[in-house]
Amino acid sequence: MVSRTGLTREALWEAVAQVLDPEVPVLSVVDLGIVRHVREVDGTVVVDVTPTYSGCPAMLVIERDIVDALHRAGAAKVLVNTVYQPAWTTDWIKPEARARLRAYGIAPPSGLASQGEDLIPLRRRVDVVACPHCGSTRTRMQSEFGSTACKAILSCDECRQPFEYLKAI
Amino acid sequence: MTLFHYLHRLGDDRLILGHRLSEWCGHAPILEEDIALANMALDLVGQANLLLGLAGTLEGKGRDADALAYFREAVEFRNAQIVELPRGDFAFTMMRQFLVSVHSALLLERLQHSTHADLAGIAAKAFKEVRYHARHCADWVLKLGDGTAESHLRAQAALDDLWRYTDELFDVDDLERQLAADGIAVDASMLRAPWREQVTRVVDAATLTVPVDCFMQRGGRTGRHTEHLGHLLAEMQIVARSFPGAAW
Repeated sequence: MVSRTGLTREALWEAVAQVLDPEVPVLSVVDLGIVRHVREVDGTVVVDVTPTYSGCPAMLVIERDIVDALHRAGAAKVLVNTVYQPAWTTDWIKPEARARLRAYGIAPPSGLASQGEDLIPLRRRVDVVACPHCGSTRTRMQSEFGSTACKAILSCDECRQPFEYLKAI
Repeated sequence: MTLFHYLHRLGDDRLILGHRLSEWCGHAPILEEDIALANMALDLVGQANLLLGLAGTLEGKGRDADALAYFREAVEFRNAQIVELPRGDFAFTMMRQFLVSVHSALLLERLQHSTHADLAGIAAKAFKEVRYHARHCADWVLKLGDGTAESHLRAQAALDDLWRYTDELFDVDDLERQLAADGIAVDASMLRAPWREQVTRVVDAATLTVPVDCFMQRGGRTGRHTEHLGHLLAEMQIVARSFPGAAW
């Protein structure tokens, strides 16, 4: 099928996959799972993006970077559309992306976000998070919030290093 | 048009509470909590941005989220009074955040099934965030209530002072009743029982006492606010009003 932009579906996805998360520069926006659809409508490339967190300031930068990447790939008209449903979950981050995250020093989300639990459990389920530096699971939560909305700060009792953890949501 | 008003209420609650939390930035008792309060503020202001943005789109008069946040007067705000009260001490801030987060989590959990697709999507996103806040704040209620004599005293005083502002969160008027009947909104009065159950469980475990129901303060939903909202808005709105359209 010949599209009006002259770009195949694969080429469009490839261009979008060049865009990295400005806060976690080893993951692309496709790795993160926030790009829901890329399609062409009457000569305009429409990209559906879903936010990670409601107030994530990186979303504006990401939108701009997606537009730039598609312009570079040869698409003249680009529209980034924000979709809210289904809501983003860290479950969408693929295994190979998790490995890259770990190599970068950020522990990937542990377990599935969708596990059922009381709204406010008096005793919390403690996720086992492996240290991205030494692999030990003797780790402790240091701060439930971190440098960005999506991260928490833990420390490792084995190698005595602090590290960031991408919260499972 | 009724949905516009409903979104206003939801958006204003989050905007004003988010601003109050942001006042702690650089002032919290410990670094971890400074980060936590700023992060929760960011989530709330982000939710307000989405809700007021949607409200502006539905209104169709060209007002975006910024126009609604920065160019309305206190009497035009529709937040419940509990969110506009001054931040007080750390115990007061945490207790309020706990009481409001439990309410918000229960509301959003139901609102993610709204028949209005955009509202349902925003609620589903916000629910995950607020559930995290509620758990974090519950930990602090436990720590403060079951902590030292001083922290216990302050946590109980905060709970006693805040109690009379809680009932307004469950008020429902004809507008909301209609939207709830259409499956768009959530009937907030249905949240009273589960809220009380969750709050009581944590407050009991924190060795604190649930206050006796007394006179309940209300008025925010109809634009009647405490004197504190005007002061908050003066600070929040001054840059946007002094330099309209400024970009940086």
